[in-house]
Amino acid sequence: MSDNDRDNDRGLEDTPAERQPPHRVIGTPPPAPGILTDPERGDGDDGRKGTTPYGPGEAEAPELAEAPELEELPAENPNPASAKNWERVAATLFIVSALASVGFIAAYVGLEVDGDTKGNVVVATLRSNLALGSAMSLAFLAIGIGMVIWVRNIMPPVELAEERHPMASPEEDRQAFAETIIEGAEASQITKRPLLRRTLIAATLPAALAPLVLLRGLGPLPKGSLRTTVWKKGTRLLVYGTNRPITPAAFDSPGGMITVVPEGYQDNDEALAKATAIIIKMEPGQLQIPTRYNDGADGARTLLNSMNWTVDNIVAYSKICTHLGCPAALYEQTTQRILCPCHQSTFQANTGATVIFGPAPRPLPQLPIATNAQGYLVAQSDFQEPVGPSFWERG
Amino acid sequence: MRWITARRRRPLFGYAAVLLALVAVGMLYAAVTGLGGSTASAGSGSSSSQIAEGKDLFDTSCSSCHGLAAQGSSVAPSLVGAGAAAVDFQVGTGRMPLKEVGAEAAQKPPVFNQRQIYAIAAYVASLGGGPAIPTDQQVSTAGADAGNGQSLFNANCAQCHNYSGAGGALTDGKYAPALTNATNRQIYEAMLTGPEAMPVFNDETLPSADKRDIIAYITQTRSEANPGGFSLGRVGPTTEGLVAWLGGIGALVLAAMWITAKRREERSGEITDNR
Repeated sequence: MSDNDRDNDRGLEDTPAERQPPHRVIGTPPPAPGILTDPERGDGDDGRKGTTPYGPGEAEAPELAEAPELEELPAENPNPASAKNWERVAATLFIVSALASVGFIAAYVGLEVDGDTKGNVVVATLRSNLALGSAMSLAFLAIGIGMVIWVRNIMPPVELAEERHPMASPEEDRQAFAETIIEGAEASQITKRPLLRRTLIAATLPAALAPLVLLRGLGPLPKGSLRTTVWKKGTRLLVYGTNRPITPAAFDSPGGMITVVPEGYQDNDEALAKATAIIIKMEPGQLQIPTRYNDGADGARTLLNSMNWTVDNIVAYSKICTHLGCPAALYEQTTQRILCPCHQSTFQANTGATVIFGPAPRPLPQLPIATNAQGYLVAQSDFQEPVGPSFWERG
Repeated sequence: MRWITARRRRPLFGYAAVLLALVAVGMLYAAVTGLGGSTASAGSGSSSSQIAEGKDLFDTSCSSCHGLAAQGSSVAPSLVGAGAAAVDFQVGTGRMPLKEVGAEAAQKPPVFNQRQIYAIAAYVASLGGGPAIPTDQQVSTAGADAGNGQSLFNANCAQCHNYSGAGGALTDGKYAPALTNATNRQIYEAMLTGPEAMPVFNDETLPSADKRDIIAYITQTRSEANPGGFSLGRVGPTTEGLVAWLGGIGALVLAAMWITAKRREERSGEITDNR
């Protein structure tokens, strides 16, 4: 115990700030005149020396730190005529402020926004907000400008400098505080009773760890749900919004692009957040989807892109950007580029939505499509890789 | 330079510098968001003498790029099958005849009157089908559901044209134009024919009634009042934040300068400052 405490004691005594007059704030430089006039400063010693003269010489230090003599504020403005004019301006501003405040109350009472309001409630709200805001701004601004005019143009011009007050407690208070701490430590016998000390520390550890458990409250783990969507073999593609199935014959204009959703989930936002896709119709010969497999860490190769997944020059891609999940659907039919509006990731649609610009790390997943017996566009299967942004376990 | 140096310490110089900077930023913003525009009127009809007149106009004004048989060339697409709606849109908005080759055909006042445009449209339609000019009834917003229009607009149009139809940038200098000046018929024709980089939304995937709903949403949004009286381009928090930041901070800087500015005339007088 005492070893540590003695160290602290000596530390307090030895601090240069401690030896200085109590007016100085610890950590601030000594008053400028002291440094400049100190003959011993800068003689190659360790710097502490520069402050030592204050220690024994208590007499000179307080004088230096004392605030400068108070100047008497002149009672009169040297230019009474100008002050009189400015007084009128300031008074006018105060009256304007008062009127504006009355106007605020009048606007609040007069411009009611409720069901009885003739015309549009939204417009009435806008009008009410405009009136209330303008009146309140004018009221506060006029007071503020009037006050500044008062200070600048009516009060006698004088500049005052106020020295900072010392912030440290008096020496005897700090001494008493240190003694209290030491007495308390001795009386508690915390150093003599290691059992108590260690069990107390052990008691705080679980309490500190408890908040980590609360992280579980952020929700269940997504498990495999990030890897799959609701598309499956035979799910018809519906045009988003109109909810009608599509045939290749109806979607026959080259340059056409439309958002599609899986049938049965057209109103299920949670499912659509992953499953929404776009289909694009291209000119004959434009579509050149490469046959692409993923690396397959476990040895199994999965097909990711295939020309066999298109129907009649129609190709389907996930609408969810692989960067941060924005709806990537700015389709330029002249260049066959798909843009994401958030960070300008650009995908080349006719060659498998490969990334040609921007921060997206991988192509938009291709949805395998085919036609069913009735001639409608359907999915051949789910997406063959996870849609949307990367996640840790994606691999 | 000496002129500036001599006056730099004048008390008004600070205000003038801040004002100048604010005005410069404002002008830059206005230049960037400047809007051009033109309008065209509506109509319909076709006949055989009209086709002959259209061919004459086509041969003199269009064939140098699109070819004498409208078969297209290295610089211009074939117009066989483009349809009357595409002609009415491209010529009616002044995009064609093209002023200069660039990333995007700019909108400008139309070169031809509406009768001549219909003649060219009839000629191009006679070459091989394509979408016809929509009828008045197809583009009327009477009884249309702007709410359904909004959901369709958000799904299919907003990513390029902005949720309020203010337009936006595409790749390589191309852009989606603002919809502020487009007529109902032009909006319909654009969806039908997919001008320039815009995808085609044909009547089978996006039926006529849904197109009318979209037009209703665009026109209704266009006519809504701007809170505070300024549209700021209607592109949302970006310009609003910019104006609040520049205007608000500028006003605060001016106010701080005014409050703390020294009063020169009195300082030289009987009362001096503190050392």
